[in-house]
Amino acid sequence: MMADLATLPTTRDEDWRYSDSAYLAAADPQAINHWRTLDVPAGETREETFVFTDDISATERLRVQVGAGGNFTCFAMIAGGKFRRLELEVTLEDGAHFEFGGVTVGGGEMVQEFVTRVIHAEPNGTSNQVVRAVQWGKSTGNFLGRIEVVRDAQKTDAGQNFRALLLEKGATANTKPELEIFADDVKCAHGAAIGALDDSAAYYMAARGLPPEVSKRLLVQAFIGDAFAAMDDDDARETMVGRVLEKLGDAV
Amino acid sequence: MLKIENLTATVADKTILNGLSLSIGAGEVHAIMGPNGAGKSTLAYVLGGRPGYEVTGGTVTFMGKDLLELETHERAALGLFLGFQYPVEIPGVSNVQFLRESLNSQRGARGEEQLSGGDFLKLAREKAALLKMDMEMLKRQVNVGFSGGEKKRAEMVQMGILDPMFAVLDETDSGLDIDALRTVGDGINTIMRKPDKAVLLITHYQRLLDYVKPDFVHVLADGRIVKTGGAELAHQLESEGYEAIAA
Repeated sequence: MMADLATLPTTRDEDWRYSDSAYLAAADPQAINHWRTLDVPAGETREETFVFTDDISATERLRVQVGAGGNFTCFAMIAGGKFRRLELEVTLEDGAHFEFGGVTVGGGEMVQEFVTRVIHAEPNGTSNQVVRAVQWGKSTGNFLGRIEVVRDAQKTDAGQNFRALLLEKGATANTKPELEIFADDVKCAHGAAIGALDDSAAYYMAARGLPPEVSKRLLVQAFIGDAFAAMDDDDARETMVGRVLEKLGDAV
Repeated sequence: MLKIENLTATVADKTILNGLSLSIGAGEVHAIMGPNGAGKSTLAYVLGGRPGYEVTGGTVTFMGKDLLELETHERAALGLFLGFQYPVEIPGVSNVQFLRESLNSQRGARGEEQLSGGDFLKLAREKAALLKMDMEMLKRQVNVGFSGGEKKRAEMVQMGILDPMFAVLDETDSGLDIDALRTVGDGINTIMRKPDKAVLLITHYQRLLDYVKPDFVHVLADGRIVKTGGAELAHQLESEGYEAIAA
């Protein structure tokens, strides 16, 4: 993973295969290869929130080491940018927990992606990742999630769930769960589904008087709900959901 | 209130309604009965503007307006309520949120004031009690995990809250046990039996009509109304069958 700092990734690289190749070709190698690091001391909790709503193209990479019994929680939404990527690499020590909730929401020709690598380096670690993509136009939402469980990391419990809602034909979602498990007493669950808006639900709502833009908003709100369900702070959660729905305004 | 003239409609290029005419005035309860495949549910969906149900001829006037020109949500705001034979589950959306948004959308379209959260809950509690439904159920997701009978009662709670001028109830009686049937029947009477409102009941069976007494009973066969009578026609159908009557 410690790539040559002068080398630019290309879409031939597995971790960048769905990225925007034009962006990668012109990117600043220093910036794209830069990793911010964060240490979560044993037994402590750290939370990071990412909200990308501006229209710049950029990548952001964060490498986190979570000490024994520690907790790293991250919520993120990508709602802007021609190309926007958030990459997380999280290493969990004994009994540590990683919680991730992410939403991509966009139209036009946006490419928005989450790339996570979770390393269960010691026993008893838990991780839970919920990612939702809402795309329209010719946009693309990606989630590449890799979970590594080393030989000693017994009693690991790792979960990963991705669902995409494509509001229009022409929008795309890509997902690639990768599980590398070298311990034998572990639980690893992953699920992925890509679908369109439920026509019968939309009709039912129209029959009760809801205009299409309102029923769409309610259905999308329900759809992304799981990604932010683990947010303890109700106000913060409502703000995040609200910002996703604001972006949705562009779609109708 | 509702006037249907010579209505024809197709579903997947197959003609289902074939010259149907029906007039329903304020204060009236009409029942449409008929065998499977006669076009009963198609009539309900055509009135409700469901995509895939294509009107190929005829007119429908509702509250003085050309109903067929309106979007589904505009029909609701004008006072049309469609009770679904198979109410739809909406995971992640609570009944309270769904109905409050629905009611306020309708009120907004009619130029009426929005109902506050507190006032809405008071209204919802009152209508839930009318249908003997626990308020806790209304806080749950729309129809998710509801039994068949609970879904039908929930439909009537929705009707009570939205307070329409005209309700088309598509087999609202199916899936109901005897007690629930009485509760639903009482609910329909309380909510809709008013001089300025009207109801069209679509049903296979006469039993709902014991609780909600119709002023007119129509027999639908092959996409048109072949016989019209009073409440006694339902009893006659029950004892003699559709074939004998419709022939």
